[in-house]
Amino acid sequence: MSTRELKHAGLNLQQTDPKTHEEAESRVFGFWVFLMSDAVLFALLFATYGVMLSGTAGGPGTQNVYEMKSAFIETLLLLSSSFTFGMASLAMKYEGKASRISVWLAVTLILGLGFLGMEMHDFVKMIGEGATPERSGFLSSFFALVSTHGLHVLGGSIWIVVMLVQLSVFGVTPAVKTRILRLGLFWHFLDIIWVGIFTIVYLQGLTP
Amino acid sequence: MNQEDRAEYRRELRSYIIGLIAALVLTAASFATVHWRLFSAPTGILIAIYLLALVQIIAHFRYFLHIDLRKSARDDLQLILFSTMIVLLMVGGTLIVLFNLKSRMF
Repeated sequence: MSTRELKHAGLNLQQTDPKTHEEAESRVFGFWVFLMSDAVLFALLFATYGVMLSGTAGGPGTQNVYEMKSAFIETLLLLSSSFTFGMASLAMKYEGKASRISVWLAVTLILGLGFLGMEMHDFVKMIGEGATPERSGFLSSFFALVSTHGLHVLGGSIWIVVMLVQLSVFGVTPAVKTRILRLGLFWHFLDIIWVGIFTIVYLQGLTP
Repeated sequence: MNQEDRAEYRRELRSYIIGLIAALVLTAASFATVHWRLFSAPTGILIAIYLLALVQIIAHFRYFLHIDLRKSARDDLQLILFSTMIVLLMVGGTLIVLFNLKSRMF
């Protein structure tokens, strides 16, 4: 099976038998099914946000609490982390050296943590201004949606740490490879959800 | 790395770089549209940023997640399209039902 025919980018189990390959492919497909069910969860949080948008109960509205600058920086952090994860996938597929993969994963982790730090800073500032989740339906749905995404990024960051440990303990084995592959799908998927969040939440909210 | 692998490597590297540039350009265009109010009507701005987001999501699927029309990615593509249909039904249904209810209550 040549690399071009591979079902999933990043999968390169050259020294293994076809059976390992097939197993890896069905696991990756299973992970896609999970990702799509997660997408349904996010879609309903988006729908809730859309319904609640006008329910400010006399409290702060979108124009008062959103900041375009920090949303833009957060977006840049997450976009570049998607690219650095891509570089980790390429290093895994073509070089297979644990050190190179670890460096790119570490860069991705730093960008992800930077994103989380910015988001926490935003939340603390909003809460300090009295825009707490219990203030109105709008703010409840805002925090539910954006912090669910934040928790996913946190989960992804913990997963990166686990994979860094596994890389140093087990080396680049087929099992570790498919785990990093699935982590990659998860990370790129979170980026897609963020495209929805910065458009529907931040940019729409800041449109006069 | 042999010759074939090297060519493949370059092709994939190019795909990630195209993805990054596309994502940055589309994001910048979205923020610029809102920041400098490139359309006078709010509806114009909203339509523009929604279209840009749609293109960006497709670009992410294509260049970062490697989903395309090639036969090998067909299963994933079908799963994604089916999920998209479910999402549109649920989100669209929620918005229609609740906004209809709201307009009848006031």
